Amino acid sequence: MSGTFVGMPVFPPPTHPAFPKAAHEAVNNPTLRGNLRHATHTIRAKRAKAVAEVSDWAALREAGKRIKDHTLLHLDRYLVQLEEAVTAAGGTVHWAADADEANRIVAGLVKETGESEVVKVKSMATQEIGLNEALEAEGIRAYETDLAELIVQLGHDRPSHILVPAIHRNRGEIRDIFRKEMGEWGRPAPEGLTDTPAELAEAARLHLREKFLRAKVGISGANFMVAETGTLVVVESEGNGRMCLTLPETLISVVGIEKIVPTWQDLEVFLQTLPRSSTAERMNPYTSTWTGTTDGDGPQTFHLVLLDNGRSDTLADEVGRQALRCIRCSACLNVCPVYERAGGHAYGSVYPGPIGAILSPQLRGTASEIDASLPYASSLCGACYEVCPVAIDIPEVLVHLRERVVEGGEAVRGGNKVLLKPAKGHAAERAAMRAARWAFSHPAALRTGQRLASRSRRLHPRTLPGPGRAWSGTRDLPVVPAEPFRDWWQRTGGGKDGAK
Amino acid sequence: MRVALFLTCVNDTLYPDTGRAVVKLLTRLGVEVDFPMAQTCCGQAHYNTGYRHEAEPLARHFSDVFGEYEAIVTPSGSCGAMVRELYPQMGERARAEGRGSGLAAALAPVVPKTYELTEFLVDVLGVTDVGAYYPHYVTYHPTCHGLRSLGLADRPRRLLQAVKGLELVELPGAEECCGFGGTFAVKNPDVSAAMGTDKVRNAESTGAQVLCAADNSCLMHIGGTMTRLGSGMRPVHIAEILASTEEEPAV
Amino acid sequence: MSSRERILGRVRRALAEVRDEDAPVERGYLREHGARSVAETVDLLAENLADYRAVVHRCTADELAATLGRLVGERGSTAVAVPTGLPPEWLTATGAEQVADSAESTPYELDRVGSVVTGCAVAIAETGTIVLDGGPDQGRRRITLIPDHHICVVRVPEQVVSSVPQALERLDPARPLTWISGPSATSDIELDRVEGVHGPRTLEVVLVGGDRPSAELNTGDS
Repeated sequence: MSGTFVGMPVFPPPTHPAFPKAAHEAVNNPTLRGNLRHATHTIRAKRAKAVAEVSDWAALREAGKRIKDHTLLHLDRYLVQLEEAVTAAGGTVHWAADADEANRIVAGLVKETGESEVVKVKSMATQEIGLNEALEAEGIRAYETDLAELIVQLGHDRPSHILVPAIHRNRGEIRDIFRKEMGEWGRPAPEGLTDTPAELAEAARLHLREKFLRAKVGISGANFMVAETGTLVVVESEGNGRMCLTLPETLISVVGIEKIVPTWQDLEVFLQTLPRSSTAERMNPYTSTWTGTTDGDGPQTFHLVLLDNGRSDTLADEVGRQALRCIRCSACLNVCPVYERAGGHAYGSVYPGPIGAILSPQLRGTASEIDASLPYASSLCGACYEVCPVAIDIPEVLVHLRERVVEGGEAVRGGNKVLLKPAKGHAAERAAMRAARWAFSHPAALRTGQRLASRSRRLHPRTLPGPGRAWSGTRDLPVVPAEPFRDWWQRTGGGKDGAK
Repeated sequence: MRVALFLTCVNDTLYPDTGRAVVKLLTRLGVEVDFPMAQTCCGQAHYNTGYRHEAEPLARHFSDVFGEYEAIVTPSGSCGAMVRELYPQMGERARAEGRGSGLAAALAPVVPKTYELTEFLVDVLGVTDVGAYYPHYVTYHPTCHGLRSLGLADRPRRLLQAVKGLELVELPGAEECCGFGGTFAVKNPDVSAAMGTDKVRNAESTGAQVLCAADNSCLMHIGGTMTRLGSGMRPVHIAEILASTEEEPAV
Repeated sequence: MSSRERILGRVRRALAEVRDEDAPVERGYLREHGARSVAETVDLLAENLADYRAVVHRCTADELAATLGRLVGERGSTAVAVPTGLPPEWLTATGAEQVADSAESTPYELDRVGSVVTGCAVAIAETGTIVLDGGPDQGRRRITLIPDHHICVVRVPEQVVSSVPQALERLDPARPLTWISGPSATSDIELDRVEGVHGPRTLEVVLVGGDRPSAELNTGDS
């Protein structure tokens, strides 16, 4: 076993370049561009078809939004209700204020079982807190069992998509990773493995089987937690989730506090919108629900770790809190033209794409270079908002976070109100914006500027040096006209009598 | 009806032909258009870059200038969306910040009577055949804010389909953003350029001579990419196509 | 201060200035999509199951034992996992060794069992889903997970509902539920769906009931 890299990146990342710099490489990588284009376009068309099948999509989307908003506005009450219900059903509830605390709790619980390995269901929350690395540091090996997570883990790679963390890999690359790495971790890839998806899936089945059968501890997240019943829900496709949720003796679920829905009935909305939005299916192959423990069936010990890690700070932001409605379907990634070209790694977070661009700077704050650049990683085209099954107005939050970056202001970090300073590197822009605002508030000044530009137009180059290259490196500048419109309007009286 | 042309600062400065085309078109359709000389900028670039507080006085100025008109017509989907979608949000934010409802009240009158040009033609004037003549192969790119914020839907296409001599060809990936995005174009130049290149390649694949859109900011980016890529296509604002007639054809 | 108090305190402070609107959420969506007769609902279930690669069979109650016997035989399984409450008459035509579901059996033992036969709690026509709730004719969750071939019997029309909302109404959240829509699958390679990963790679669903002859109703075999 080589085992140099078992986990996901540490969260927050110590030093990650700003988004534009990180995207530069991806944009110029033709294989990556091809892989992302193929995958996102495939799923885009399928999602549109799956959504068009249900006539009441708009009403389901609206109800999903309202249920989540209602839950968030009464989150304290529902958390306590959930805790009571889970406890009554035989589970144990733990509370983790941040990533370190969650990792300590989980490592402690695994150690109590005396085991040194765990099988894991794909879970964004455990990626977010860097659980695998924390467990490794405690001598506990975590095996990812979702196919895409397995590809990432075996490839010593980083996830680049919420639903399909190995979306940046094509079938040929996956075959090569399996051939090279599977033997280091357990059962090697079958002889003569080809790159057909069915054979690759079969290889994963054989490789993971032994791990499932011997597993004593399973670790999961959850898609939903029902406050009134204490029920947890995991939505999946491959059956690895079922393996991890039912075969081990001990199950530990790490779940963000925003994953609550109040009632059992509320699931009827999300179990319709999530599969169609994520994998574009009427229903995903497997959904497991469990309430505490069941005598003689499945894990007899169940721990639920409720994770804050920046969520309550996000909740304090009136505009930004809508990001907590997210059900991690990935529809916004799949439809995003920026994600398609920059790839998931450029976002420097386990949450890439449009939702990542509003979630990471809220969960982590805007202090780092990458987090301060994420709100700008969007052309504000609005495609993400259009497909979001819980109607998160991602452009609205992006603009709100841009304001936080350039103007600073009040925010909550670690439960405390803080006054953020404007981010560095925006001074020239700020000055330009102020100057423009002044000119636009004084039409005469604007007009003088326009005339100056028009009169000197023959001297204008179509490309610019220095910072102007950001535009003119790839695009010519427009030719400035002989006179601005307002001069023509005044000269001709609005083009009266066919005046030119 | 007292109709004001809100041309936008970009068109005023860089694309006066579009302004002249709007005036010509509306005049031909019997609308008396005014161009309030005090108009400047809706504040979109400020707002979307994070300078909401710099955008507020510009929004107030807009409302002062245009408040008295019965309809405000703009040949820009994104500036139209700024007024219709984001002015109410600005008012709400000011209220939530404890600054009272003054801003919301000041902006409220202009919100419902601001129309993007194709909306004004189809919804207010009730025309789709504007008597235009434009003998070219044209492909149409629906710009994002027109498409998603204003919900222009098929209005621009219906107008183009009624133009005599015009052959409208479908643009593959039409609803994908061109990559302009205001300051996005300079803050994320690599991704923006890649999006622009894909948009131009898709447009070229149609065999059309002209790529038409209802927003010159996007066309500035697409057109700048076209000339840099040595494409034979031209970007043309929809107003200039609709203003073109057999007597006075646009070039 | 415990982390519980810390987190709840943060949440309460975050919401301190929020107006408390405790109105019930409006549910403007449909309870089911479209109007169908009972028979049409069952047909839709068959169609949607088959669409996600479940193999669908239909037979009368009298034909059930023979159908199950044939399916196990065709699969060539020498052992079949059997929930303790499965009606014994269902398997009278099956020659394979019957392995009773028990708390003591290990995953390794189940891994040597070729097929499993169960009933279900409810089936959802609109999505092509069968739901197991661990009832006596369904057994522990693992017996429908480790064997590679799952035969699930649905009593039609009484176990069939149209929609997800109707299914949730019938189900008891206190029981461990498994919702199954086709054999296991993955979209993890280039976002293209392929069937057959960790769960049973073959899912056969027998719709039993009514009095129509089985021959013309063999939806999934085509």
